[in-house]
Amino acid sequence: MSSQSLAGSRIREKRLDRGLRQAAVAETVGISPSYLNLIEHNRRRIGGKLLADLARVLEVDTALLADGVDSETLDQMRGAAAAIAGTAEVERTEELAARYPGWGALIAAQARRITALEEKSRVLTDRIAYDPQLAGSLHEVISAVSAIRSSASILVGPEDLDQDWQRRFHQNIYNDSLRLADSSEALIAYLEAPEAVLEQSGSPFEAVESYLGQSGFHIAALEHGADPATVLSDAGLQGAAETVLSQILHSYAADAAALPLAAFEKACRKHHYDPATIAQSTGVSLAMVMRRMAQLPPDQGHPPMGLVICDAAGALIFVKSVPGFSMPRSGGACPLWPLFGALSRPHQPIRLQVEMPAPNATRFLCFALAEPIGPAAFDAPPALQSMMLVLPDAPETDTAPHLVGLSCRICARMQCPSRREPALEGISEQAEL
Amino acid sequence: MGKRVLLIEDEPNIIEAISFILSRDGWTVHTHEDGTSAMDKVLTLPPDMIILDVMLPGRSGFDILRDLRDNDLTRQTPVMMLTARGQDKDRDLAMRLGASLFMTKPFSNSEVRDHVRSLMEA
Repeated sequence: MSSQSLAGSRIREKRLDRGLRQAAVAETVGISPSYLNLIEHNRRRIGGKLLADLARVLEVDTALLADGVDSETLDQMRGAAAAIAGTAEVERTEELAARYPGWGALIAAQARRITALEEKSRVLTDRIAYDPQLAGSLHEVISAVSAIRSSASILVGPEDLDQDWQRRFHQNIYNDSLRLADSSEALIAYLEAPEAVLEQSGSPFEAVESYLGQSGFHIAALEHGADPATVLSDAGLQGAAETVLSQILHSYAADAAALPLAAFEKACRKHHYDPATIAQSTGVSLAMVMRRMAQLPPDQGHPPMGLVICDAAGALIFVKSVPGFSMPRSGGACPLWPLFGALSRPHQPIRLQVEMPAPNATRFLCFALAEPIGPAAFDAPPALQSMMLVLPDAPETDTAPHLVGLSCRICARMQCPSRREPALEGISEQAEL
Repeated sequence: MGKRVLLIEDEPNIIEAISFILSRDGWTVHTHEDGTSAMDKVLTLPPDMIILDVMLPGRSGFDILRDLRDNDLTRQTPVMMLTARGQDKDRDLAMRLGASLFMTKPFSNSEVRDHVRSLMEA
């Protein structure tokens, strides 16, 4: 899909960022809400005056809407500034990206590259320090060298040695030299092939999410009953990523068989994407409905939906972001997300409207649920997993929203008691706008 | 009969070389190759000094050193640690656990001989 053809997604993203209702924006620019909805889902091309009007209402540069800078790029640019504490005007990140999209993309790409290289460096450092195979190989080499040195010293030393001892030490040196040759060869082979190790250095979850992201986390083949093993093979992932993807594909296939797409889409529309009602009407578990909602096809007019899953330690093991609610893999997510709150209340679904920090103060509707995974066992703590479905366009309510952020470093809530590290300098100024 | 040195090491040719050097220097050398039963061997002898390798089958030299220092019979016995790992953290750990000396492989024969002499005469 070309950059221009994704202008609708950017319009939607910016509108949600600004916390504006679709109907209100449509009215301001003189079009119907349904037409704006088609535009936002990239089903109508847009340009000229209408694009300029929307840019004005959304308070962004027209070029930003036309050519695009997605929130992920912006987050990466802010992350680049965070990594090198200094003088970068973090509060003007969006302006920079809009004026110079090429430079914005470059900064984001370099930030990604630095992260990847740091990860490789960490893997290699760990490998040198802790890899048992390397430690074993080095130990073998040094032991053989020590034995040869000692035996040789005895042979050339001042001591008189009878022929038996001479023969024994000669034999020992010969045996150790063979051992040294073998162990050196093995060590060189090991050191010359670090690529296999480095290939595994990236997070397997990110590799899997990158693959799933290509199809909007919707796998048409599985919806039509394809064998997960075939899909897995076609995906071309290897190592840990392949294992992670295999689990996801088998779960997806089971969910798709239990809750076929056509009926599910119908239920979603009928019940206005409310997971609890859909679960009741379809007779399946709430967890399955939440997973299925994140698997809806991206081109059928459904609202975008994010899904994040964490383990009992709070580590994110599955991430599907939505505009305005990017979910950080590194640096830690906001501990105030209902996702983490659910961990302390297993089996108890949480429905909560959350609000992101100023200036955008975008609201999202979150559904969170923590449940044990794996077989139950007596006298053993359950292995918990928590999942959270994130829907933009949260309906207006009288209840005050739950205030959350994305990650402490780019969060403007300076007085948050859950803050684990200071925010970037520019972020604090942003909060005062 | 010379004082008893117990060499706990699993490399046969290193055992033979060190045994030869120390025997020629007048010490009675006993050897043991397994980490798991090393303490039994120590308590059976008991030796006047121990040369203890770090990487042993069954049990680490550090664990054995910890047991040696916890036992009234061996608390004062000089222990020279021998290892292929010369990292500072290993040296620090050995000294913290009560090693008398820490020597890294590859070593020279005269080094071994001199250290044993100095520890025995201390």
